[in-house]
Amino acid sequence: MGFWSRFFRDRLAVGGLVIVLALFLISALTPFIAPYDPSAIDVDNILASPSAGHLFGTDELGRDVFTRMLYGAGISLKVGFVAVGIATLIGVLLGAVSGYYGGWVDMVIMRFVDIMLCFPSFFLILAVIAFLEPSIFNIMAVIGLTSWMGITRLVRAEFLSLKERDFVLAEKAMGASAPRIIFLHILPNAMAPVLVSATLGVASAVLVESALSFLGIGVQPPTPSWGNILTQGQSTLGVAWWLSFYPGMAILITVLGYNLLGEGIRDAIDPRLRG
Amino acid sequence: MLRYLLKRLAILVPTFIGITIVCFAVIHLAPGEPTSMQAELNPKITPEAIEQLKRHYGLDQPVHIRYLVWVKNLAKLDFGTSISADARPVWDKIKERLPITISINVASMIIIFLVSIPLGVISAVRRGSLLDRSITVFVFIGFSVPGFWLALICMDFLGVRLMWLPISGIHSQGYEHLGPFARALDLARHLALPVLISAFGSLAGMSRYMRSSMLEIIRQDYILTARAKGLSERAVIYRHAMRNALLPVITILGLSVPGLIGGSVIFESIFSIPGLGKLFYDGIMMRDYNLIMGSLTIGAVLTLLGNLIADIAYSVADPRIRAS
Repeated sequence: MGFWSRFFRDRLAVGGLVIVLALFLISALTPFIAPYDPSAIDVDNILASPSAGHLFGTDELGRDVFTRMLYGAGISLKVGFVAVGIATLIGVLLGAVSGYYGGWVDMVIMRFVDIMLCFPSFFLILAVIAFLEPSIFNIMAVIGLTSWMGITRLVRAEFLSLKERDFVLAEKAMGASAPRIIFLHILPNAMAPVLVSATLGVASAVLVESALSFLGIGVQPPTPSWGNILTQGQSTLGVAWWLSFYPGMAILITVLGYNLLGEGIRDAIDPRLRG
Repeated sequence: MLRYLLKRLAILVPTFIGITIVCFAVIHLAPGEPTSMQAELNPKITPEAIEQLKRHYGLDQPVHIRYLVWVKNLAKLDFGTSISADARPVWDKIKERLPITISINVASMIIIFLVSIPLGVISAVRRGSLLDRSITVFVFIGFSVPGFWLALICMDFLGVRLMWLPISGIHSQGYEHLGPFARALDLARHLALPVLISAFGSLAGMSRYMRSSMLEIIRQDYILTARAKGLSERAVIYRHAMRNALLPVITILGLSVPGLIGGSVIFESIFSIPGLGKLFYDGIMMRDYNLIMGSLTIGAVLTLLGNLIADIAYSVADPRIRAS
């Protein structure tokens, strides 16, 4: 049975894929489907509860929460993908070098991984962002720069086993250069677990971004993000439940989607790993 | 055992030095200085006064000198003084906040352990059953739910609407006048939500891990042997399988320490708990260099200790580790 037929037999995985695709669609179509301007202040409709006019109610400036959440979807998607892109790039490069060359290079890189893993990553991210002036770009960069360690270990392990295989030894015997062997021959064979790890990574990047924005050091208002809408939810606790309920559900569903998709891909790639 | 322990401790040293370098680099290479914060707060400040402030905090020295000075002081647990108005030594501030954060995290870990192990064992033993599938769904949701949101919802529901639990701080008003029993109860009521919610996130991962560890063990030959010699299913599962399945979980529990400590920033801020996380968050808001570096270092050291304890526990439980 091939990858796709295994994947599509897994109902949870398909559910994850549907959620992720829906998020892409929503982000692409936001300007067309959003009923209001995300920053249009409406003083007559402050903290209005959900109704036909305002599906998810309004916030303390009378802005439409549904509209702001649609825009927030795009932001979390962007942060998730760019952060994971950075982490994957670093992880693949360091892991490949570490696994392929071994020796002291490997030792130094692995020691560095151990050191980075000792930091409560949220502490490190907060510390850096606080000094950098919070902006979407900085958040993406910092999340990426603090989450490459898992992928490095993964790629290294793949390289350790793949570099002894016959096809690699044959390439070496024919005099292929190290970069050629690494990128053209070994890496493509090591990408499957990276893909899984990257998908799960998007989930955690989305969670971290929302937590940072919630604490006020992530995406800055007036730019809407699910996290900073939740900050308003905290200040109106017991008054406007819709400001905390809907954005939280959106985060939950998004993260769930990426987690299900990632696990689904893993199971479909290698059914033996299935839990 | 002793040799293993010494070897393990020897690795700690370079790791610790690495930690201090990373801490230092992160904070000192980033733009933005504590003096700029003070300058922003006070528009009348002169350039000369800023220079004087910089000299006062040693910021006019080159980076490597500042690092060496910092490490030398670190050996004496001297992280310098806080830049905030009280100007107290950073270590004093951290010291008084540590017990509460450590207690919350230890309590969370105990709960994680007590709940996730049975969940994992049950879903492995009844693999594919309705119960297993429900636990799987619960696990996925647990993985995905943002902890701070869960905290908000619980505060709203249990705290504000039903008024069952207090939602901020660790003591009620008039705490000093309570008897010892009432005090303990008061503290427990304040900590219930933060502890449960910070446990919730790791619970999912841990029970998933326990489940696959268990499934792995059940396939082993010695389990077949145990069944073949006619042991009851109970004895097979709990005496033979579970004990072995627990081993790798010890390591994972150690690995979950940084997550818990990192999470304490969020939960302590939400619930206004005066712990290390809240101290760190306030320090960041004030760009309190010394305080941030101190907390970051202590956070990493706690992680290092957590991993060390897990490693030692693992080697005590599994002699194969010591031998290799």
